[in-house]
Amino acid sequence: MTENNKNQGFLGNLLSLPNDNPKKTIIVAALLCLVCSILVSTSAVIFKPQQQANKAADIKKNILAVTGLLTEDADVNTLFEQFEIKVVDLATGDYADIDPATYDQRKAAADPTQSIELPADQDIAGIGRRAKFATVYLLKDGDKAKQIVLPIHGYGLWSTLYGFISFEADFNTVGGLQFYAHAETPGLGGEVDNPKWRKQWQGKKAFNDKGELKIEVIRGHVDFKVAGAEHQIDGLSGATLTSRGVSNLVNYWLGKHGFGPYLKKMRAEVEK
Amino acid sequence: MASEIKSTVFDPLVDNNPITLQVLGVCSALAVTTNMMAALIMSIALTTVTAFSSAIISSIRNHIPSSIRIIVQMTIIASLVIIVDQLLKAYAYEASKQLSVFVGLIITNCIVLGRAEAYAMKNPPVMSFLDGIGNGLGYSLILMVVGFFRELLGAGKLFGHQIIPVANEGGWYIPNGLMLLPPSAFFVIGLLIWLIRSLKKEQVEPADYQIHQVHRTEVL
Repeated sequence: MTENNKNQGFLGNLLSLPNDNPKKTIIVAALLCLVCSILVSTSAVIFKPQQQANKAADIKKNILAVTGLLTEDADVNTLFEQFEIKVVDLATGDYADIDPATYDQRKAAADPTQSIELPADQDIAGIGRRAKFATVYLLKDGDKAKQIVLPIHGYGLWSTLYGFISFEADFNTVGGLQFYAHAETPGLGGEVDNPKWRKQWQGKKAFNDKGELKIEVIRGHVDFKVAGAEHQIDGLSGATLTSRGVSNLVNYWLGKHGFGPYLKKMRAEVEK
Repeated sequence: MASEIKSTVFDPLVDNNPITLQVLGVCSALAVTTNMMAALIMSIALTTVTAFSSAIISSIRNHIPSSIRIIVQMTIIASLVIIVDQLLKAYAYEASKQLSVFVGLIITNCIVLGRAEAYAMKNPPVMSFLDGIGNGLGYSLILMVVGFFRELLGAGKLFGHQIIPVANEGGWYIPNGLMLLPPSAFFVIGLLIWLIRSLKKEQVEPADYQIHQVHRTEVL
């Protein structure tokens, strides 16, 4: 009871002080900060699980979309269970003994102990650092993989593009390409999201018969009469730098410093 | 009283529009109007923030020390914006991905602070809330109009639905790429201001200076 009265007395006193009183100024500022910080941190804590679920679902949705499995009304989580997720050691191309459920490649890329710094001549994708291990998503048909999805990212014109590329069972024919995060100019570089442009990637060959990486986004339209057209994709008009960025990042990730060793092993296995 | 409420809510739509008359909040009007969906979400977010920040600031207006009043207003606005941003990330993920940093930038939107300083500091909470709603709606109206023209002419779409068949998908319309870039919003807003001021002459500001007619004989 007395405590209450004292409180009221304190508050009453405070409210009756003139507004420009230094004591009141400090107390009002402190109280306001306290109330606001409680509100902000409460909202952050309450919404966090939902936000993380959204992010995870969004990535799953993109992986499904790049393999062509995504349908309008299907449940993303059930569809996604078809995938076998593995972690690959990029240097050797072997599967690593890491739990894919807890491994976060984007976090690892920022952690100096889990990533390597790329020398400028290797870093055609403009990413600076690369995680030592990468997550891959296998869609299996019995023992054999019938599709595989690889995460890729690299710099375009304004932003880092994050996305996935998928391959058919031969680990050479592209099944699809899709970016889930970028900030390229809408209508120009942003056309990397255009379904019509993305469709061109389907059926392209990443490697030639000798196993050399040949895939490329060219300027202008692909001439199908010319040899090598199966490795080429039309550039986006008005977005030369974004097109070049996409070409570079695909080449980096499929090349010998990216998934190259892994894909080589998988292709050798298929041929056996 | 009823007429006061009506004028508080509806005046900012055209007669005292924050964008076209006061020319506030233009930067976000450029940034988020490439498509109508983003413009709509941004409008709702800004209207909510303006209404609630005005109401909260108004309810403690008699105890805000004048020496730190702008900081107090900003703290309240910033907290509300963060909460709205968190909410969008949780329940409108696609939209929040599109709006990216622009939700956070509501904090720096002149309309919110402008209403707090100009109206909420002098008026009771309910009226301040309505004033916030009114100004938010005025902002929303312009955003939707600008978004309509930019999305339609720039991509042939409205709310993401194809309205005009565009050339690179086999249609006849060659989209105007400029409409998707920020400068086009300047043109659209400029034309809107021109239109409104042609219809409502009282909005035309007096010229700051008089152009002096120099006759050839005077110079000589």
